[in-house]
Amino acid sequence: MSVDTETPERARPEPIQAVPVRHPGRWVAVAVIAVLTAMFVHLLVTNKAFNWAFMVDEMFRPPIIAGLRGTIALLVTSMLIGIVLGIALAIMRLSENPILRGVSWVYTWFFRAVPRLVLAILFGNLGILWARVEFGLPFDRQIGALFGIDNFEARLFGFSAVDILTGFVAGMLALGLSEAAYMAEIVRAGIQSVDEGQTEAAQALGLSRAHILRRIVLPQAMRVIVPPTGNETIAMLKDTSLVAFVPVSMELFFQLKAVGNRTFQVFPMLVAATLWYLVLTSVLLVGQYYLERHFSKGFGRSERARQRLRDIAAESGGNASGTAER
Amino acid sequence: MTGATVSTQSGVPTAGSGLMVRAEQVHKSFGSLEVLKGIDLEVRSGEVCCLLGPSGSGKSTFLRCINHLEKINAGRIWVDGDLIGYREHGGKLHELREKEVAAQRRSIGMVFQRFNLFPHMTVLQNIVEAPVLLGREKKSAARDRAAALLERVGLGDKLRSYPGQLSGGQQQRVAIARALAMQPKLMLFDEPTSALDPELVGEVLDVMKDLARDGMTMIVVTHEIGFAREVGDSLVFMDDGVVVESGNPREVIANPRHERTKAFLAKVL
Repeated sequence: MSVDTETPERARPEPIQAVPVRHPGRWVAVAVIAVLTAMFVHLLVTNKAFNWAFMVDEMFRPPIIAGLRGTIALLVTSMLIGIVLGIALAIMRLSENPILRGVSWVYTWFFRAVPRLVLAILFGNLGILWARVEFGLPFDRQIGALFGIDNFEARLFGFSAVDILTGFVAGMLALGLSEAAYMAEIVRAGIQSVDEGQTEAAQALGLSRAHILRRIVLPQAMRVIVPPTGNETIAMLKDTSLVAFVPVSMELFFQLKAVGNRTFQVFPMLVAATLWYLVLTSVLLVGQYYLERHFSKGFGRSERARQRLRDIAAESGGNASGTAER
Repeated sequence: MTGATVSTQSGVPTAGSGLMVRAEQVHKSFGSLEVLKGIDLEVRSGEVCCLLGPSGSGKSTFLRCINHLEKINAGRIWVDGDLIGYREHGGKLHELREKEVAAQRRSIGMVFQRFNLFPHMTVLQNIVEAPVLLGREKKSAARDRAAALLERVGLGDKLRSYPGQLSGGQQQRVAIARALAMQPKLMLFDEPTSALDPELVGEVLDVMKDLARDGMTMIVVTHEIGFAREVGDSLVFMDDGVVVESGNPREVIANPRHERTKAFLAKVL
């Protein structure tokens, strides 16, 4: 082997201009897809059963918009319950306290075992158990009987079950409590994905367990938690249609189907439902993108690549947008 | 080696006696594997003590016992007169609560082999996080001090970088600054240069030498014989969970008395 350091004048070789590999299969695929797409569009345009004018006319009517609002409200509240309770359950599951661990395990076991549809109907019928829901000393009557007082009652306040266990609340609880069981597993996986050394370093600094969890571990766990949570949210959006069985009528799918049944235009309304769910899911996807970007701060290639570009720009003294940030 | 029990009435070092760390008959087992078999150690204030030994000799485990990251099975460890991890009361040992353990750790800084910086925070946030969260100082004051600390470790221009954008040597220097921000009485270094590329070792050792010169009490687990010889006030050679030999680093390295020390030094020198 020889090293030529003496020939700085060596000519730069020709840039490579090779004939690229041909991909005839791709052209065939494009042709097939084009034909199928044309057939589909043809179907959409010519088949009278779609009744587009009617569909567009109906899908923005007040009852549909009210249903849409109901669906969004259900989605937001049930996911909030699911995420908050899920984080709590995951922390309990990873705790050193055997009682908390056990409670969390039983909860997850129960709510993952029962189908959401069954839960929705069950919660819708909870009013059968109690006419009123009251808060106070537990077992007050029994305690009173023990001391020989008849009809001893120690109750602070109460509500009629019909007032608080409305269809919406029942549906929200059924979906939210069930979601918490799934979220607990997702959060647990996220927490466990954070390197042990992070906790140790924080412990060595003298931070408390709560601080470590909130400031060090959970923010890093979010990177792992957000993508499956996006999945769960989209699944939940679709599961909100289950509350029709509670029964709740202020919900998108129920309202669309009602219009379809009343007007004997079932199919256009099903298409309308498909379109609405597509729109909502797309909005959720945008939200997920920004969340993922937020929690990937300090991680991964994108950040480093951007920094490197900035450095290069600054070094060459050219790009103004690059230099401005230094 | 005595058994696993130690009398509770041994001479308890009091604060201000010049002893920063005192370990007595420290035993530690992981399951059936006994990693530490009765370690005795004394480190004076302002001293740099280097722990040397083959891997698996228990030196890192011992270091982690000093700030109670590992619970010891027998023996006692005092830092600046405080018994670590327990309270002695009525002839009985009581485990300290989590908060009390955390409070003890605040005066003991630790630097890890793999840096363990918080990757989701900038360099500045890494340093001010603990002092601000623990209410030790206002955010602005903490920031000023963090900037000064970074200047001291030669990274005054990296305030806003994320750890992932720094080299290993730079990350380790930030980790040292992070530990110093808590104004510790004692610094523990767990093989601080072992995960670094050879050309980056020097910059970290320089910061540590500077720290030693300023009178910081340090216990350093290391394979850097040169550092031990140049900076160390005492050297402890461990093997198989016991202290084989200890003394002045220059003497021990030049004339090891024990066969195991000789064999180890022959390999690393």
